[in-house]
Amino acid sequence: MAKLEYHSEQKASPKMSVKDLNLYYKDFQALKSVNLDFPAHQVTALIGPSGCGKSTLLKCLNRMNDLVAGCQITGTVFLDGQDAYKEVNVNDLRRRVGMVFQQPNPFPMSIYDNIAFGPRTHGIKSRSDLDVIVEQSLRSAALWDELKDRLKKNALSLSGGQQQRLCIARALAVKPEVLLMDESTAALDPISTAKIEELVGELKDSYTIIMVTHNMLQARRVSDRTAFFLLGEMVEMGPTEILFSRPREKRTASYVSGEFG
Amino acid sequence: MSAKFKEKLASALFGFTAAVSILAVALICLFLFLNGVPALADIGLPEFLFGSTWQPSSGIYGIFPMIVGSIYVTAGAMIVGVPTGLLTALYLSRFANAKIAQFLKPGVELLAGIPSVVYGFFGLMIIVPFIRTSMPGNGFSLLAASLLLGVMILPTVITVAQSALDAVPRSYYEGALALGADHERSVLQVVVPAAVSGLMASVILGVGRAIGETMAVVMVAGNQVQIPTSIFEGVRTMTANIVLEMGYAADLHRGALIATGVVLFVFILLITLLLNLIKRRSEI
Ligand SMILES: Nc1ncnc2c1ncn2[C@@H]1O[C@H](COP(=O)(O)OP(=O)(O)OP(=O)(O)O)[C@@H](O)[C@H]1O
Ligand SMILES: [Mg+2]
Repeated sequence: MAKLEYHSEQKASPKMSVKDLNLYYKDFQALKSVNLDFPAHQVTALIGPSGCGKSTLLKCLNRMNDLVAGCQITGTVFLDGQDAYKEVNVNDLRRRVGMVFQQPNPFPMSIYDNIAFGPRTHGIKSRSDLDVIVEQSLRSAALWDELKDRLKKNALSLSGGQQQRLCIARALAVKPEVLLMDESTAALDPISTAKIEELVGELKDSYTIIMVTHNMLQARRVSDRTAFFLLGEMVEMGPTEILFSRPREKRTASYVSGEFG
Repeated sequence: MSAKFKEKLASALFGFTAAVSILAVALICLFLFLNGVPALADIGLPEFLFGSTWQPSSGIYGIFPMIVGSIYVTAGAMIVGVPTGLLTALYLSRFANAKIAQFLKPGVELLAGIPSVVYGFFGLMIIVPFIRTSMPGNGFSLLAASLLLGVMILPTVITVAQSALDAVPRSYYEGALALGADHERSVLQVVVPAAVSGLMASVILGVGRAIGETMAVVMVAGNQVQIPTSIFEGVRTMTANIVLEMGYAADLHRGALIATGVVLFVFILLITLLLNLIKRRSEI
């Protein structure tokens, strides 16, 4: 059964993948020849102890690492088989590969303008088109009913959980293909977390989701596949149930059983 | 010495120094109003504020041309200094590479340290002759004062605006980039609006700086008591009025000059009030 799953995964061409990825912050090597596929319409969880390079890997996928001075990358990141660093324009890449950050970061403007910012950036000017996008995005983030009467309100007046779902809605508004989530529930209470987890389950029909989490239960609940990292190395990758119940590597076993972390 | 005693001593010392500065402000107010208000009463407030003739020798004290002069010169300085200052701040904060910023920042700070009489000299030797040779009039003009003051307010506008821009959380900028916006759009559409109250504060502080400036303005503005009809004509500001005549004024004339100071003080007060209003609104 397990073998079969591994087999079928290898066949379908992945939405994104990284090949022999090495990343250096100045002299410090944060990622060591990472090879990883992210199949379409699946939720992939990245787990591992703090400082193992999960966020770093995530930021390679939408080139946010370009902002870090002294950051050097070798290897290749593919999006739909194209080299994300050479064959795709960086702004197109970031539109297609959306990101939700650990801390909710709505812009200090109205809820409506927050969501409309992305579509406006990509050339959508008509008010009626924007209205439709705003409503759709808020609906996908399960926020529409809560917020439909307060679209003109400043987004900073929302609760932390609402802000984070607004950020998800904002990311969805540019119709991305991949959604990166870096510990996006870490700053939230259990109820907001449950809402976002539920949301992720619904979103994977339309998007490919890659999420970093410290919460092993969360990884088990929402992800289809899990990759375990340690000190910049990708130790093991597999279907979530198998990785947690029958890991091949000893290091994985001791991490998921809570021996270190 | 016990810790408690030390604490008390420090608190007393700081309390004393704070009291001294508050006392100084209070004394200045007291002086201004005690000396200015009787003259105001004597001349009559409407005649003083809206009278267009200033002839101390005949006992006519109308400062309307000086009020207009101050407003014109300040407005001119804003036209010159605000766009330049804000764009420079934006450049330093978000566009300049580290090397250029390293070189420009001390330059801006140096600009703030130049005494205003030196600015005045610069205006006198460079700006005024340039206007005289290439434009109408003798060069001593509203235009000269505006250009010079525009440069003088730059350090105020730039430093305050830049710190407002620098204080915008990085997460806003990164959030915009992550949506596929380029650097320019992220900065102009997200970072700048987020800094808008600080940017407004920089402009208002610039206004305060311009309206209070005296020495440099006296040296290049021509100082005629008149409401200028073109930017090439001379103009006298309230500050210039005070400094030009204070040396020999006596009695009501002296009172009228102090009353000019009172009017100036009210202007500055309004500006400070506006500043606090903006600060408070941005805190909510
Ligand atoms: N901008 C940077 N400059 C230098 N080193 C960095 C930078 N960002 C991250 N690092 C280093 O790279 C390593 C990986 O960091 P990263 O943020 O990817 O870890 P992480 O797995 O996301 O950890 P956490 O779970 O705590 O978020 C760490 O050792 C970190 O100190
Ligand atoms: Mg991280």
